[in-house]
Amino acid sequence: MREENQDKELSLKGMRDFAELIKTLDSTNKTTLKVAALTHYFKNAEDKDKVWTIAILSHRRPPRPVNTTLMREWASELANIPAWLFEESYHIVGDLAETIALVIPQAEEPSAKSLNQFLQEIIDLKAKSEAEKKEYLHENWLSLNYYERFVFTKLITGSFRIGVSQKLMTRALSKATDIDEDILAYKMMGNWKPEKTTFKKLILEENEEDYLSKPYPFYLAYAIDGDVEELGDVAEWSAEHKWDGIRSQVIVRNDELFVWSRGEELVTDKYPEFEDFVGKVPNGTVIDGEILPFPDGKIGTFKDLQTRIGRKNISKKLLEKTPVILKAYDVLEWKGEDIRTEPFIERRKILEKLYAEVAAEEIPLHLSERISFKNWVEVAEERERAREEKSEGLMLKRLDSPYLVGRKKGDWWKWKVDPLTVDAVLTYAMRGHGRRKNLFTDYTFGLWDDDKKELVTFAKAYSGLTDAEFRKLDNWIKKNTLERFGPVRSVTPHHVFEIAFEGIAESKRHKSGVATRFPRMVRWRTDKNIHEANTLGELRDLIPD
Amino acid sequence: MKPPLLAFNKKGIYCEAADVYLDPWKPVDKAIISHGHADHSRWGNKKYITHHSNVPIIKHRLGEIEVSGKEWNETFTINGVKFSLHPAGHIIGSSQIRVEYKGEVWVFTGDYKDEDDGVAVPYEPVKCHTFITECTFGLPAFKWQSQAEVFSEINNWWQQNKENGQTSVIFGYSLGKAQRLLKHLDTSIGEIYTHGAIENMTEVIRPLSEMPETTRITRDTKNNEFKGNIVVAPPSAHGSPWIKKMVAYVTASASGWMTFRGARRRRAIDRGFVLSDHCDWQGLLKSIKATGAEKVICTHGYTDIFSRYLREIGYDARTEETQYEGEMGEEESKKEIEN
Repeated sequence: MREENQDKELSLKGMRDFAELIKTLDSTNKTTLKVAALTHYFKNAEDKDKVWTIAILSHRRPPRPVNTTLMREWASELANIPAWLFEESYHIVGDLAETIALVIPQAEEPSAKSLNQFLQEIIDLKAKSEAEKKEYLHENWLSLNYYERFVFTKLITGSFRIGVSQKLMTRALSKATDIDEDILAYKMMGNWKPEKTTFKKLILEENEEDYLSKPYPFYLAYAIDGDVEELGDVAEWSAEHKWDGIRSQVIVRNDELFVWSRGEELVTDKYPEFEDFVGKVPNGTVIDGEILPFPDGKIGTFKDLQTRIGRKNISKKLLEKTPVILKAYDVLEWKGEDIRTEPFIERRKILEKLYAEVAAEEIPLHLSERISFKNWVEVAEERERAREEKSEGLMLKRLDSPYLVGRKKGDWWKWKVDPLTVDAVLTYAMRGHGRRKNLFTDYTFGLWDDDKKELVTFAKAYSGLTDAEFRKLDNWIKKNTLERFGPVRSVTPHHVFEIAFEGIAESKRHKSGVATRFPRMVRWRTDKNIHEANTLGELRDLIPD
Repeated sequence: MKPPLLAFNKKGIYCEAADVYLDPWKPVDKAIISHGHADHSRWGNKKYITHHSNVPIIKHRLGEIEVSGKEWNETFTINGVKFSLHPAGHIIGSSQIRVEYKGEVWVFTGDYKDEDDGVAVPYEPVKCHTFITECTFGLPAFKWQSQAEVFSEINNWWQQNKENGQTSVIFGYSLGKAQRLLKHLDTSIGEIYTHGAIENMTEVIRPLSEMPETTRITRDTKNNEFKGNIVVAPPSAHGSPWIKKMVAYVTASASGWMTFRGARRRRAIDRGFVLSDHCDWQGLLKSIKATGAEKVICTHGYTDIFSRYLREIGYDARTEETQYEGEMGEEESKKEIEN
């Protein structure tokens, strides 16, 4: 990092400095160091670069201007290696931008261009011809050093996963600007475009108009750790089901509707059902809730919702087959006032009154009912019913809790239902990505067919083991490979793992005839041999009627 | 068809004409050993032949064994087969093994690198017909910086940590990497402290190569001694209670695997320096070319990929299964500590 006395002037100008920032963020696991590096950058970089940095770290990248097939082709040409060798290297390195940066020869001179100049070029590149694109990439790959080349290629191909959450970035920005973190979080929400705004407009200025479409930062809960009774007096708590859909905010302001998903994506167009809220839900209202599929007048499965998520054009037929509703949890703005600091129970009263008033209107607004209970045992009993209710478990909220920003401990907890589990046999392995590339950490698991003769693939999983277990298994896989299929290896059936999953449904797309949701490893059953693994029939028995 | 001069069997690389094994992984009567790392010099052989500078190293590791030491380029004949050892530049005392019989020459590299590290006698290409090579880093993604650049980064890092009032802890295998680090650390910055496993090995190596002064860390070493200084430790010390003494410390690892961003983060190490005792991609290709060999056998590392590439550029190349641990390089260190 540079000397403090340079802080007065704008010392950080180029792509070089942005690459240096990313390198620092990427090379430490310590939050304080990350915040310090970001704060330094936000204090010293030019405004345009700062806006882009905020955009990139909050996953607002320009659309990809070149498809990756072409990039792979061009990179192997420039590195003077055959295409298959580039592909093999990519399988092992695990990240496309990193592979490209590694195989291309070193630059002589570091680049002097600024970050925003590069991004403007990347935006403009999309409309260019293939030959122009190739020339642009070749020229820049060769004129950047290793880490700059990696960052440049990342800007084109994908998002940065460098352990910088929005929360962490907001903290650094707050230190650099002396603006409160919650206010900054709010300013950075929504649908702004880095090439169209300025640092002043986005961060420094107060601007009422901009707020029209803006959601509030979501308050997220941690999973409960330990005994639920440790939360204290049950009378201080509210409980409701944790619905399995898309957490969203629905906003009605100035006779306009805005629907935001938790990923900060504006999804108004995907759920035209909610247009009916305008005129019925008063202006100046923000509801926090869950978008749920509602086929045949009852809550569907997440699979039903998936038929809506990916679609750009929502046909009339689809709207009839799989309509959606908003299951409302909370109200954050009422009559144009931000009421997030009011106690939860007061906000709920407003929500329930609103619900009662519009109930007759046949708009797709449902209430996520609060559960009545006298003690923790009754709460626990309700949790056991989660699968029947098609929920994931319960949400516990302190009656007097404000609506906070981001993931915070203390006032809200999620208490998920215990997952379903089966014991399955490891059959295939593939190298992991990101943090675990070059280790075999992505696994395929099989269950016995009903004759117990053959293992049938039923799920893939890549999480749940410790780093030490992954290394041990990786070592074993390398010594017990049966066949290689590109990046995938088949291994001797030997190891049994307990696989947990959240949901299960019949599926025609899967060879096993069953689809599981969020499968992961919970235990390496070294005590079991492969003949003790479960069968497909036993898995099918878990499908609810 | 006559048997090949060197064959790969269940025990190791076997020369039938001489009835001798090179770097066997199962106990045999007579073994010629390339270097002192655990996967190349195993316990249980009746007779060991190796370079004389490797003798004290394997004796330290394997205890009392029957071993004879040879000079570089010294030819010794067994059953009419001529053997000689040539510098491999991997670690101190590491050799390539040249085998000649009836005009046919094979060279087995063990592990090697083509850069002079200042500790090991530098690698020399040896002309041969068949070259048996490792390819631990046989992928175009591996490209080393010069040693001078890497050590300038390492010493800057140490200096920076010192200015922040922290202890620098750097991890490297106790045989090879540790002495390479010791040799090139800038002792004008501060003192060098060593973990017992590293100090033990370094004591063996001091008579063979000049090493800077170091302080062995013992139970009596005071916690406040470390501040601003550097500690050289084996990788297994990371995350162990032993390291707590050095708070506040910053960790780094020096290894070819640090090329991958994921490798460093996965191990929760603060800083990764790409410093390897093996050849990088270009180093392997250049070395193979310099031998003039037409036939190449790849023993460990990214063997399938590397031999396929060699075939495409015109070599008669293939892969043989061995129990050397190229692809599991990261595990090598663990094994070494267990021994």
